[in-house]
Formats: sequence, C-alpha cells, structure tokens
Amino acid sequence: MFGIYLKRELSRRKKAALVIALGLALGIALVITVNSVSAGMTQAQDKVLQSLYGLGTDMTVTKARTAPTSGSSGRPNFQFDAKSEDDDSTQSSDRVMTQGGQALASSLVAKVAAQQGVSSAVGALSLNVTKVDGSFTQGKAKSSTSGQSNQGGPGGSSGGSMPQVQGGGASFDVNSYSVGGVDVTDQDLGPLSTSKITSGRTFTAAETNAKLAVVGKSYAKENKYKVGSTFKISGTKYTVIGIATPDSSDSTTDVYLPLKQAQTLGDAKNKVTTIYVKATDSKQIDTVKATIQKNISGTTVTTSADLAETVSGSLSTASDLATSVGKWLSIAVLAAAFLVAALLTSSAVSRRVREFGTLKALGWPSRRVTRQVVGESMVNGLLGGALGIGLGLAAAYTVTAISPKLTAQLGSTGGGMGGGPGGGPGQQSAQNTMEIALSAPVSATTIALAVGLAVAGGLIAGAMGGWRASRMRPADALRSVS
Amino acid sequence: MYRLTGVTKRYTRGKETVEALRGVDLTIEDGDQLVIQGPTGGGKSTLLQMIGGLDRPSTGSVELDGVDLATISEAKLTRLRAEKIGIIFQAFNLIPTLTAQENVETALVPLGVKPAERRERAAEALRSVGLGERLGHVPTELSGGQQQRVAIARALVKKPKVLLADEPTGNLDEGTRDDIMGLLEGLWHEYGLTFVMVTHDSSIARRAPRLATIKAGQITLTEQPGARQYAQQAPGVRAY
Ligand SMILES: Nc1ncnc2c1ncn2[C@@H]1O[C@H](COP(=O)(O)OP(=O)(O)OP(=O)(O)O)[C@@H](O)[C@H]1O
Ligand SMILES: [Mg+2]
Repeated sequence: MFGIYLKRELSRRKKAALVIALGLALGIALVITVNSVSAGMTQAQDKVLQSLYGLGTDMTVTKARTAPTSGSSGRPNFQFDAKSEDDDSTQSSDRVMTQGGQALASSLVAKVAAQQGVSSAVGALSLNVTKVDGSFTQGKAKSSTSGQSNQGGPGGSSGGSMPQVQGGGASFDVNSYSVGGVDVTDQDLGPLSTSKITSGRTFTAAETNAKLAVVGKSYAKENKYKVGSTFKISGTKYTVIGIATPDSSDSTTDVYLPLKQAQTLGDAKNKVTTIYVKATDSKQIDTVKATIQKNISGTTVTTSADLAETVSGSLSTASDLATSVGKWLSIAVLAAAFLVAALLTSSAVSRRVREFGTLKALGWPSRRVTRQVVGESMVNGLLGGALGIGLGLAAAYTVTAISPKLTAQLGSTGGGMGGGPGGGPGQQSAQNTMEIALSAPVSATTIALAVGLAVAGGLIAGAMGGWRASRMRPADALRSVS
Repeated sequence: MYRLTGVTKRYTRGKETVEALRGVDLTIEDGDQLVIQGPTGGGKSTLLQMIGGLDRPSTGSVELDGVDLATISEAKLTRLRAEKIGIIFQAFNLIPTLTAQENVETALVPLGVKPAERRERAAEALRSVGLGERLGHVPTELSGGQQQRVAIARALVKKPKVLLADEPTGNLDEGTRDDIMGLLEGLWHEYGLTFVMVTHDSSIARRAPRLATIKAGQITLTEQPGARQYAQQAPGVRAY
C-alpha cells in the first residue's frame, strides 16, 4: 500500500509536489553552479600561474632584491652620434639588459638541484632588448620616455607601444621586446615549457650555442617572422627555427634563444636570472622553499602559492565573489528552499488532516501515516535533487559554453619571476595581464553534495510534515475542514 | 456488548472548557441498532467517538466486551479500531487520490492482509455494495451515493463487530439516502453488526427501534417497538 499510495499522491498532486521539488531544485542548482564556477576560478588561477611557470614548475629562485640605489640606474642610455644637420642616415641601436638587472651565477643551478626535495632545476636568462631605429639630424631620445614605453604592452610584449620621440628634427622608433635564454638540454622546465611549438621545431640538446631562435607567436606575427626568417640582435644574426604558441592567451617572452647566446648578448656570462625548480613531492613545496632559502643565501624563492596572492583583476574579483558572495548566496537560497519545502509539506499535511485522521480511525498506526508523509517528501526531495542537478549542470555548461573572459593581473614583485619579463629594464615592478576563459567544471563531489542536499531537504521537509501527521488524532476524521 | 458508565468529555481550549458529554450511561447489546439524534452541538459526534475508540473520555469508562477503551494502551486501541470498528462519515472521507478499490484496501492494511488477498476482498466488498464496475475509479469520478457505498465497503471489508455512522446520509439527496439506509440495514441484518448511527434526519429517527437523544451532553433513551425499517422497504439489496 505504501508504494501505491505514494505513487497516487505524487501523480495526482503533481503541482504541489512540483512546487516543493522546484524550490529545492533551485537551491541545489545554485549550489552546483557556485561550486563549479568556483572550481573553474581555481582552474583559471592555476592556468594563470602555470602559464608563467610552466607545467611542472613548483617554484622559481631569483636573486634576492636589493634596494635600488637610484631610480635611474637601470634606465637605458643610448649613444647616438649626433651628426651634422644634413645627415639623414638611419641608425639602429639595440640595448640588451638582463631582466630585473640582477642575475645569479649559473653555478647555483646545480646547487639548487642538489637540495633535498628538489627533483630538477633549470636556469634561464631573461633579457630585455630595447631597439631604437632612428633617422635624425639632431635630437635627444629622452630616456624617461623610453623607460615608460616598456610597460606599455600587455605582458611586456612591446609591439604595441612605439612612442615616437621627436626632438630637434629627430625621428625614431623605440621598440622593446623580451628574450628568454633557455637551457636547451632540459626544456621541460623553464620559459619555453609554457608554450607549444606550432610551427617548425624547438632547439635540440646539441644546439647549446647555436644562433637559432624560437619566436613567440604574436611577436612573430607582428614582425612577419616565419620559420627560416632571420633577424639581428646587437649585430648577431639569428635564424628562426620555430614558432611557439603559449598555452594561455598571453605570451611573456617574445624570442627564445639558447642560454649561452642570451648570456653573450646580455653580457651575462654564466649568469641566469631565474632558476626553475621542480619538487619531488608537490606537497612538500613549502619545506623545499625553506631549504633553498636557508642553504643558498641571497635568493628569493617564489612558489605558485606566493604568486597566487599577487593575482588581481577581474579573475581575482570574480573568484573572491564566487567564494564569498556565491557561497553565502547559495547557502541562503538553500536554507530558504529547505524552509519553503518544510513549510509547504507541513501545510500540505495540515490540509490533509481529515485524510490522515480517517486513516488513523481505520486503525492505521501513527508511524505508518508518518512514514507515508516522509516517503512523499523524500521523493519530492529526490525529484528536486534530480531537477536541481539538471538545472545546475545546464547552468554550468552554459557558463562553460559562453566561457566569459576574465583578466588576471599578476603583480610580479620579484625580479624576473617566472621568466615573464613584464616590465622594462630597471626595477619597476611589472604587471602581467592575461585573459582567461572561465569554465565551470562539475565534479563528482559536487553531484554527490547535491544528492546529499536533496536527501537532506526531503528529510527536513518530511520530518516537519511527519511530525504534523503524527500529532493528528483519529477524531480528526470527523473534523469538518476539507 | 457496550457498557458506558458516567462518560464525561471535556474539551479545553485556552481558558474555555466545553463539556460535550456529561455523565452518559448507555448499554448497547451485540447486534443491536441505536440511532442517536439531537440538536447541533449536543454531543452526538463526541459520543460516537467514545464508542468507536477514536478518542477517550475525560472521566467514566467505555467498555467493549469487558475492555475499557478509556484506559487501554494507544497501540491496543489502534488495533481494536482496525479489527472491530467500521466507521462511515458524513463527508465519506475517502482518500481522494486512491481508487475505490484501493480506498477499501486501506481498511485491511493495518490487519496485515497480503496484497493479493486485500485486492480480492476489496473487490468483493465493492461488488456487494453494487460498485463492481467502479473498482478503478477515484472518488471525484463517483457520485455522492457511490462514494458513500465505497465508504460502506471500506467499513465492512474487515468484517467488523461494530458499525458506526455519523450522519451517513447528511450529504445525500432523499432518494440516495433511502438507498444507503436500505443498504446499511440490510448489511446490519446480514452480519449481526452492532450498529450505532448519528442522524439529523427525523424520518430516519422515527423508524429506529431504539433512539437516543442527546442534548447538552446528556442522553435520553426512547424505545420505539413499532418502528419500520428500511431493510423491509428495500429488499433488493444483495447480501455481502
Ligand atoms: N475538538 C474539539 N475541541 C473543542 N470543542 C469541541 C471539539 N469537538 C467538539 N467540541 C464541542 O463539543 C460540543 C459537542 O460537539 P459534537 O461535535 O459532539 O456535536 P454534534 O452533536 O455532533 O453536533 P452536529 O450535529 O453539529 O454535528 C460542541 O459544543 C463542540 O463545539
Ligand atoms: Mg456531529
């Protein structure tokens, strides 16, 4: 009878059942959506960090920052020959600087690699090349202007900003780009590990000092470089062997060269700016960080957790929103849904006072009547759960389908962190802005949570209704309310 | 047989106390019929509740075959209702979502009758009240008279000792009322039920061999030996 009665009630009172189920569904759907969007935010943040570090990089080691002695110390100085007034010949000059202006001895790479808990360590040198092409008769390039220009483009790729400095009849372009010197013998870690080679090839392990280059996709496009193209840096000619497409929408390095070439260009023999470190156990990162910092003085160790704290922008805002407002909103809606379900169930039971009174008058024990009520609301709860999971999945898939773009700003306070030369020469802190598409992955845990909530909702409503039903007396069968 | 002694029922609501029954003494022999009448609010339904074990008196005792319904445990009282008491209501009190057959089956549920047997017995009971063709209908698909027949089948399917009816024809028109009364009396005769019925209908009261009048919670009994009954008038009723 339990089953038949239950079936009849639910099928012949569909509307009432649906109202309760929908209320619960809404709450559950919201929980799923907020949960999956939060998960998406976390993924997006991981992606941001990964794009800077490369997959598998757990931390970076850079030179501990010393306070800059003077603001202008790192600014570029160009030496142009101020020719006579009639001379309109074009001149070009490259100024190559190590990123952040400070470097570590490359012998430290082996030392870091030898630390306990370190799986591997790879050194890389980040350079910033400021190229000035000009034709002028007399004039001065204002160094402060060129310094600012380095911060213009997103991620420091400077293609977009070409301030024209005109002074005293001079006309020339300032153009800066970033160069990453990579350890060709181990490319799993380091700046190039965040990109895929989409054209041509990468360096072979033997090309430790070859005059070859891999160029970032957007920089290649800007300069119309293809595999086989050549270009010069400070008079050295390089041949493009591959185009690298970064995993995330934004690139941080424009040109990749073998480490030795970069060291030569940057006048930084046996120096690296960043050591990429992979830990043997990703759970021991903090311990490893402490070990390195203790054993190798004068270094700054930055983990992805440290980096995550510097993420700002709409991603970080949205992520904060999802974890704070979203969480509270879903809890509030869920609580409201539970309350509404409980009240509706309870009022539905009150309206059936004569029905339950009659059953008791017929000799139905109280618990049998209560069980019936609880059974009904359990089904309502599960129905709500199913609807809610459907709604929540739909919402999550919609978010994933739309993939709203979020921006993330990484305030990199450490010099040359992650091989992302975001800033110009000098010690101004750099900002990396990148765009990340938001997805909302629904995990099995989220679904399990939803089912749990549905059962809880059904139980709460059922407890309320069941309690009401249990208090009805057989004499209620004679009550005139219908 | 029933023996009620000094049955008093007080309802308290806040500070107000209503005495619905005041010291009712009453004996009903097995197989007897008793019709209860009286003004509205007099206490008729309250008395029926005492007799049916739906509620307990405030003081006094309600003995059915020597068992005092006022003092036995709730579980025993529930069991007693399930086994021995059949009840019919003015508003029929069918479960609106269940079919006629399922409604009748609800009376057998607390007795632990197996589903197949339950269905068979319910169908048989419905056939005996002339609703063999309506097993799968829900109450809203039935007329008032038909609904009351389903309720009668439900009251009698368990073969109770006592049949109680609170204004069973109160919601029915005259023709249907006579049908239902004929059916009830036929069944009463057939099964030797103890039959207690509350009615407002003076034409029914007039035909009752034994009449109780309740006013302000107090009972007066009248014997009417010459009363003619419905069963003799409506012989077409099929025995169940
Ligand atoms: N549950 C209750 N709570 C409070 N008072 C009640 C309750 N049930 C009945 N009463 C009161 O007890 C008195 C007797 O009620 P009862 O229902 O027995 O009258 P009745 O004779 O059946 O009337 P009617 O002919 O209108 O059905 C009335 O005054 C009624 O208001
Ligand atoms: Mg009454």
